[in-house]
Amino acid sequence: MALDRKIAYINLSTREVEIKPIPLEMRKKFIGGRGMDAYLLYNHAPEGCDPLGPENPLIVSGGLLTATCASATARTHVMAKSPLTNLLGSCNMGGFFAPELAWSGFHHLVITGKSDKPVYLWVHNGEIEIRDAEYLWGKNSTDTQWAIRDELDDQEIKSMVIGQAGENQVTYACVMTGIKNAGGRTGMGCVMGSKNLKAVAVRGTMDVKIAHPMDALEHNKKFIDQITSAKVNQIQGALGTPFIWGATNCWGGVRTRNFQYNQMEYADEIEPEAIDDIATETIGPHHMTGCFGCQVHCRAQYKIQSGLYAGKYDEGPEYTSLGAFGAEPDCKSAETVLTGNHLVNQYGVDNLEIGSMIAWAMELYELGILTQKETEGIDLRFGNDEALLQMVHNICTRTGWLGNVLADGGIPAAEKIGKNAFDYLIQVKGMNNLHSDERATPGLALNIATASRGSDHLRSRPAIDLYHLPEPVLRKIYGSPVPYDGPLSSEHTEYIGKSWQVFWQENVYMAVDCLGICKYHTVFLGATLPNFEDWPKVIYYNTGLEFTPKEIWDAAERCNNLERLFNLREGLTRNDPKKGDTLNHRYFDEPCRRGAPDVIGKKIDRDKFNVMIDEFYDHHGWDKEGVPTSETLQRLGLENEPTRLL
Amino acid sequence: MEKFLTVDADKCTGCRLCEQVCSVMHEGVSNPAKSRIQVVKWEQEGVYIPVICKQCEDAPCMNVCPVRAISRDPDFGFMKVDQEVCIGCRSCVGICPFGAMGYNPTTRQVFKCDLCGGDPQCVRFCEVNAVEFVPVDRVSTQKKRRGAARQSAAERQATALG
Repeated sequence: MALDRKIAYINLSTREVEIKPIPLEMRKKFIGGRGMDAYLLYNHAPEGCDPLGPENPLIVSGGLLTATCASATARTHVMAKSPLTNLLGSCNMGGFFAPELAWSGFHHLVITGKSDKPVYLWVHNGEIEIRDAEYLWGKNSTDTQWAIRDELDDQEIKSMVIGQAGENQVTYACVMTGIKNAGGRTGMGCVMGSKNLKAVAVRGTMDVKIAHPMDALEHNKKFIDQITSAKVNQIQGALGTPFIWGATNCWGGVRTRNFQYNQMEYADEIEPEAIDDIATETIGPHHMTGCFGCQVHCRAQYKIQSGLYAGKYDEGPEYTSLGAFGAEPDCKSAETVLTGNHLVNQYGVDNLEIGSMIAWAMELYELGILTQKETEGIDLRFGNDEALLQMVHNICTRTGWLGNVLADGGIPAAEKIGKNAFDYLIQVKGMNNLHSDERATPGLALNIATASRGSDHLRSRPAIDLYHLPEPVLRKIYGSPVPYDGPLSSEHTEYIGKSWQVFWQENVYMAVDCLGICKYHTVFLGATLPNFEDWPKVIYYNTGLEFTPKEIWDAAERCNNLERLFNLREGLTRNDPKKGDTLNHRYFDEPCRRGAPDVIGKKIDRDKFNVMIDEFYDHHGWDKEGVPTSETLQRLGLENEPTRLL
Repeated sequence: MEKFLTVDADKCTGCRLCEQVCSVMHEGVSNPAKSRIQVVKWEQEGVYIPVICKQCEDAPCMNVCPVRAISRDPDFGFMKVDQEVCIGCRSCVGICPFGAMGYNPTTRQVFKCDLCGGDPQCVRFCEVNAVEFVPVDRVSTQKKRRGAARQSAAERQATALG
């Protein structure tokens, strides 16, 4: 039974392990996955704690539906206070780790303390062991996983590991599982490294009992048909996330040269079709792979064709790697993209963050804020592929002055570089933006400004806003399960109604993160994909728990408010340029220079943006400063937090 | 016409949905350890191979069973385990050359693929058709056609190079 999966508390300082059941009332309130993690973080992280100190809890989890008979519920969620933002740290990855965690008897691991030497956790069929990892220290992400399998003599073990970037405490180091599944954002790998925790290895053969197996099976078939019939998922299954690259670049939504431009020249060189050809030649015609139980199979497989790393196998590159090693540094070679993607996977570092950091340094170099003295001879201009890949090495291994400084993350690096370096850092809450340009799309801009983990598209992006869906269709989607009769606009460059769309999406994404479902299986890129109305049956058939769509919405809203409470407690204020719900000045001051006619010349209007933020707070029941009112906390049953029930 | 479960490993994406639906169908639980089909993976090379029972004609599992619990189903032609008779000795698990026999620690008996009584769920759920359920005579004609296509492509390439 999914509901009998347990929570384990592991203290690496004292080497104590405590295992507890998860009460049903907690499931009803916080569901599981990210929502429950938010509860655990708010309750276990001491206020103002050092993200790299022993008291910062690292919380690893699967969703409520993980390893049940529900499609694509393989997401692992990891939470802690972030060393990059000093606010909420949260990342999510696919692969096979979370289901294996559930089959080993657990849904949540809360890891505190710090080991005095490298260790890894061995979680298997209800038991947890802390084991020596000295022989693993220094290994990259995949070698670590295979070495653990060999040591324990079981090739079915799934591990969540850090590479050298996490060991070296690069503040945006990932947690990794499999070849390329990365819990990329907010530096959860750095937190693991600070605890001397190299890996969490799991293997389980325990039943996850299905409440109504035949109904669950039949419903899963319908669900999968709904998901795979969406055009967006069919094309994802052929090309992966880069499928959106060409279209986005055409209309002018690809962040280029550290946000100087909104469109990349020569983007065709790294089009997914170009990369697809390489993969077809090196791997074969069926070169896509998937996460556990998923029929979308959006991950491309490839071998690097040429260069220093010729012959190396890897997976991806995702859209973000095209941005990180293509548009942002303005490099236009598929080999560079594939090599860069391979390096970040092996070192275990956030491709999005490292690409943005290097592009930022490139602009500073071209402006003369950084010189050859700081770069130690590296000609760090845009379009220099060699310099780009060298900087990836330098950051991950903390080599050289600049490599070491950039490894600390944007805001500390800006302080060390000095002058007006901070003005060119395209960040929100200390975290760099996705490689998309939101100056022409106020809804998307509001999303990154207010996302709970810093600039990020997977917290509340109303991506279907770009499809110009007719208003009645928008109303059908955004008017349920909570009625909404305010304005809505099909026009992506408009400001009206966007605050509600972002609010609605925020709750959808929280709900899927609680359930463990992938975002390609909900209203993210496809308007016809499942949402609140579709989940009660899946939850009931698989777990026996009864939820109404509105109850799922309420739980999601509750969890989002908990994340907000955590951020406020750790110092978020509305207009703080480093910790607030705001954007880099370029959004407001520098218009888009390229793209479609309705995009050229667009920038975000400061006043209208502020109105959107006001409305967004209002939808939540927050005051003008973005603080939940006492009525809101009462409505959501959060008035007594922290309650320490788990 | 008797049908046969056949695997095209090239098409497999390694998602293991077949393992999930198989264990739910047969045991009411999600647990790959109790699935009749299992995907063997070499992640570092991106190679995934679904391993299934071949329903052998001269079946080692049947031959080795000391209590004759394993026999061929007259309607669908698969090898079946009579759970009333099985003593859980696991001789069949040890001898199967494909690793297709499983042991269920809950019931303390062995289990194997029964083609879901004619509608294999692994096939039904596999969107990429890496596992297919086809009439026995069609397997080899399909393979011939694919092999011939490859050979002809290679010959054309060789001519072009020549």
